[in-house]
Amino acid sequence: MSDLVKVESPLQHADFAALSALTTEGGVVLREDALLGHVNLRGNAQDPEFVAGVAKALGLALPLAPCSSAQNDDTTIMWLSPDEWIILVEGGKEEATEASLRANLTGHFAVSDISGGQTILELSGDDCIKVLQKSTGYDVHLDNFPIGKVVGTTFAKSSAHIRRTGEQSFQLVIRRSFSDYIWLWLQQSSKEYGLRIAL
Amino acid sequence: MKQVNRLDDGGRINRQTPLNFTFNDKTYQGFEGDTLASALLANGVDVVGRSFKYSRPRGVITADAQEPNAIFQVGSNDASTIPNPRATQTELYANLVCSSTNGWPNVDFDLMGTVGKVGGSAMPPGFYYKTFMFPQSMWMSYEKMIRKGAGLGCSPLQPDPDSYDKLNHHCDVMVVGAGPAGLSAALAAARAGARVIIADEQNEMGGSLLCSTELIDETAAAVWLVSTLTELAENDNVLLLPRSTAFGYYDQNYIGINERRSDHIGETNSNGTRQRLHKVRAKQVILATGAHERPLVFGNNDVPGCMLASAVTTYINRYAVVPGNRLALMTTNDNAYKAAIAWHDAGKSVVLIADTRPSADGFLVKEAMKRGIKVEFGHGIIDVKGSKRVKSVEVAPLSADGKSVSGQAVSYTCDTVASSGGWSPVLHLSSHTGSKPIWRDDIQGFVPGKTEQAQHICGGIQGVYDLSQVLEDGIKCGLAAAGDAGKNVSSLELLAPTVTKNIETPAMALFHIPHFKPTSRAPKQFVDYQNDVTAAGIELANREGFESIEHVKRYTALGFGTDQGKLGNINGMAITANSLGKTIPETGTTIFRPMYTPVTFGALSGSDVKQLFDPARFTAMHSWHVDNGAEFEDVGQWKRPWYYPKPGETMEQALARECLATRNSVGLLDASTLGKIDIQGKDAREFLNRVYTNPWSQLAVGKCRYGVMCKEDGMVFDDGVTACINDNRFQMTTTTGGAAGVLNWLELWHQTEWPELEVYFSTVTDHWSTMTISGPNSRKVLEKLTDADVSNEAFPYMGWIAAEVAGVKARIFRISFTGELSFEINVQANFGLHCWEAVVAAGQEFDITPYGTETMHILRAEKGFIIVGQDTDGSVTPQDLDMNWVVGKKKAFSYLGKRSWTREDNERTDRKQFVGLKPKDPKVVLPEGAQIVFDKDQPIPMTMVGHVTSSYYSACLGYSFALAVVKGGLERKGQSVFVPLADGTTIEAEICSSVFYDPKGDRQNV
Amino acid sequence: MLHIYCPYCEEFREEDEFHPVGEAHIERPLEPEALTDEQWSQYLFFRKNPRGLHHEMWVHGAGCRKFFNMTRHTVTYKILETYKMGQQPSVVAEESE
Ligand SMILES: [Zn+2]
Repeated sequence: MSDLVKVESPLQHADFAALSALTTEGGVVLREDALLGHVNLRGNAQDPEFVAGVAKALGLALPLAPCSSAQNDDTTIMWLSPDEWIILVEGGKEEATEASLRANLTGHFAVSDISGGQTILELSGDDCIKVLQKSTGYDVHLDNFPIGKVVGTTFAKSSAHIRRTGEQSFQLVIRRSFSDYIWLWLQQSSKEYGLRIAL
Repeated sequence: MKQVNRLDDGGRINRQTPLNFTFNDKTYQGFEGDTLASALLANGVDVVGRSFKYSRPRGVITADAQEPNAIFQVGSNDASTIPNPRATQTELYANLVCSSTNGWPNVDFDLMGTVGKVGGSAMPPGFYYKTFMFPQSMWMSYEKMIRKGAGLGCSPLQPDPDSYDKLNHHCDVMVVGAGPAGLSAALAAARAGARVIIADEQNEMGGSLLCSTELIDETAAAVWLVSTLTELAENDNVLLLPRSTAFGYYDQNYIGINERRSDHIGETNSNGTRQRLHKVRAKQVILATGAHERPLVFGNNDVPGCMLASAVTTYINRYAVVPGNRLALMTTNDNAYKAAIAWHDAGKSVVLIADTRPSADGFLVKEAMKRGIKVEFGHGIIDVKGSKRVKSVEVAPLSADGKSVSGQAVSYTCDTVASSGGWSPVLHLSSHTGSKPIWRDDIQGFVPGKTEQAQHICGGIQGVYDLSQVLEDGIKCGLAAAGDAGKNVSSLELLAPTVTKNIETPAMALFHIPHFKPTSRAPKQFVDYQNDVTAAGIELANREGFESIEHVKRYTALGFGTDQGKLGNINGMAITANSLGKTIPETGTTIFRPMYTPVTFGALSGSDVKQLFDPARFTAMHSWHVDNGAEFEDVGQWKRPWYYPKPGETMEQALARECLATRNSVGLLDASTLGKIDIQGKDAREFLNRVYTNPWSQLAVGKCRYGVMCKEDGMVFDDGVTACINDNRFQMTTTTGGAAGVLNWLELWHQTEWPELEVYFSTVTDHWSTMTISGPNSRKVLEKLTDADVSNEAFPYMGWIAAEVAGVKARIFRISFTGELSFEINVQANFGLHCWEAVVAAGQEFDITPYGTETMHILRAEKGFIIVGQDTDGSVTPQDLDMNWVVGKKKAFSYLGKRSWTREDNERTDRKQFVGLKPKDPKVVLPEGAQIVFDKDQPIPMTMVGHVTSSYYSACLGYSFALAVVKGGLERKGQSVFVPLADGTTIEAEICSSVFYDPKGDRQNV
Repeated sequence: MLHIYCPYCEEFREEDEFHPVGEAHIERPLEPEALTDEQWSQYLFFRKNPRGLHHEMWVHGAGCRKFFNMTRHTVTYKILETYKMGQQPSVVAEESE
């Protein structure tokens, strides 16, 4: 595509670049991991050929346990359901990822590029757990929600897939059309702790 | 003003921080640590309100959540005012402003008081039903009068300036109540390693220990309290929630708690959360809610100065307030002696203890006697004299069973009457989940019954009142709960601290103190203070045949106030039981429902207010729409451009301009909100055959088709265009509102009925930005943006191609919802705005005109295209829509909805059918939703034969038109129908074809 | 608010992640055209409304999007089991209920 093509993440209008310069303090840190490649994968986890084909295509084994995820340097796979995963790759690599999956898979499967349909928010900071407690009824205690776990759940009046990436850091996979609502929600629910935007 | 009743020392108040407050326009002073009630009592304020029915003066009677009288309007202005908080639970803050809730116009002189005095006997229970139900037409005005008289407070008139929020929790053990039982339980569970939350409604944790004079481990109870709270606070696994009322217990150990975070500081807290709703999912729940003391029912027991014995103790020991000078105490038990002892020890005079028992020699009885306090056994206070304050009491000997007066009454001068009829376990929460309380004779109270919840109880809630036993009970309960939550507690040995166990004389089961006269003629003996329900009223209800306690409650309004009968219900049951010759359990049980005490709407709404009330969804092009002056319409949660008025333009002018521009040149619509589903798998085609009414077997790669979906009842529920991407892949389009429902529908059938079909569905609604260019010049615009051949030959109607548009990969669908030559360009949404702006720039030379949903609606209606949900309502078949062409006749599989079309009702020829309407007057636009009749002269009620579903003025056609469903309408084309309006006039219209514009469809095919 | 074990996510989740769908184990007739109107209406409209155990279908809408079944007591709201689509309940009501 031409360099003249303008590309905008769902939260472009929030202007995180400008906001990040405003505050350096805050119990909650928010960053948009914008414009990644998002690929939705469906297939039969009981089919060894499917599982092997995915591993070959991505160089990363498909997480099969409920609510688990897998990650290497350039790919993250999140379990969404027994036959559905989301694959995150560097922005622009979604087409190659889709092509590689199609080349390595046989039988019944489905691959959809949904890179335009969602974005990733990274929530961290000392008080991010409190913000999550305001946002979802899921138990975010480390005992129940260890690092690497991913859950699809309600998020305020929207929904999200939440993946724990550290003791106090989480990835939220959210839908494009709800992203402004979730941005407003996060501002409101982190107000008492202070919100810092990171780049 | 001096706090006349305040002691010079003692109590848990801070004399260093005086706080001024205003009650009924008069300013008083209290101290930090006071409740509003304790501060008023300190100032010698006797009358705090007027009763609802009789308008009698009332004073503070309790020191807890039971309070029926001291119910105030708190707050200084229309935004901050709160109706009906209990003064006994309202912490004092500087400059608090409050007034009596039910005093109208004021507590000292009350218009209703006159009515009440005269009307006393004219207003027996059942008064609403008997007097006000007839004539029914008058009910509205009666209701107004009752409401005014009832004075249930005023709602705030201005928006609430504070913020509220909600927090979700999960824990092993949730402890409700931080008295000695709850604290021991929490301590034990925490030491066992459990995640513990403990909530208490008061500002300080400690419950009864806060006013106790007992020793724990040979030191003051307060010392044990501090060390326990410190240990709990230092444990990371424990969350302490003071000022937090567990208001509801819901299924599967779910507890709702309202925490008041800043109400005690002042009116508005601009910098944080005023109240926070905690939603706790617990593995195990411990109810340590204690017990409420019951007052005795006796003559004129509502005169200000009549209080619960435990309230008197609490005001003296905790708040250093002795609410009078001369006390008379009536009791059925030892515990209440504490009030007299505290009163005496504060240097005031106890004129008498009337103990209804024939004799007693427990520890507290002896302590009282040691102080020289006069005790009359086998006696009761049968009447109180005084109106705005107790002046004296009549004390008479009672028969051994307490049911009659057995001798002459003696008068005692006093200003305060404390009474105690024993204790009622606070089992409200257990009752919320459907557990039926059971009566226990030994403690004369209901306790929680069988439950489905993982619920434990300890302390007062199960009738364990002795402090040493309570502490032991708490520890046992805490360990049991931690064990049930999966913690290893076998190695844990915890010993309860030592407390001297005092000898107690058993209590007497007595609720209602007799008078010389029969109850019906005795002085009023109040049971429910808030609703003015008396013992006589309950007995009358019983005589009139209301025997079940549930019926008695509804007849008398017992327990129907904001206090939910906390104080009066058990006494009411006891009186009913006695008058029917039954036992208390035989008259029924007592059931409580959430909320335990009222919760503000602010707390219940949390942060879900204003712009967070409902999520607003936006397309990638939203900022452009805003910049270009669009007015927006809510379509589900989406904000869609409705129309784009130019400066000075009316809506009608804007719509006419947008419609004409699209029909004559080219228009541009943001259609991104349409639902889009990526369907993949070798059985995708077969699946489409089963869920759509039309056939899909022949749809070639590169082609699109319109389809209609029906539910199994044969009624249309969604429609849209589906494109064949390749033999194993289709992209389905749904309506904007139907997107989630359709995806769910497909999954439902796949997962439950046809799992053997190899097909997957994924939503791609948000992935694609969709822009439709429509109109005779749309191809010229597109040609400027793409190298692809978009001629009619290369790219005919109902086809799709993959091409680059404005440098971005796109799928272009040649489909039309306007009837004009149209191209629907889909690009990855991150490029949506880029592509839109490129289209606008390319279209400039053709004066490309953005249009919104309203123009889209007009243009499609001119073509007779339906909008599901506007022209259909879940009761319309494809046949009703005259859309037989979309119904597959030869499909092998009996697809969804098909069988239902041959149900008798769906084959009627007089079903409401979809037609066009042309008003006789071409300028009149029929109201959408208006009913249609055949005979305009038929008297009301007229026979309604259909309704208008869509109606517009068409600038393109030059006349108004409508779409409608009319009985047998397809056979009635050319006939007139009438639309009667609310103002009595009627509009005549002619039934016509639903296609008004380009009936042959030539324009979209060019 | 119910606490529901999703047999696919293999853990308990809050009720607001789910939607109830209706009575479970209703099978679509294989040959709808062979049925009388009355038989078809039984399938379409008539549902049990027991006081006691009820087998009902739910969907984990905010989670895995899978439909599953639940045996729930309609008086106590106690959930006795959840089980995957295609499986049969292990807890069933007594005949007399
Ligand atoms: Zn699930």
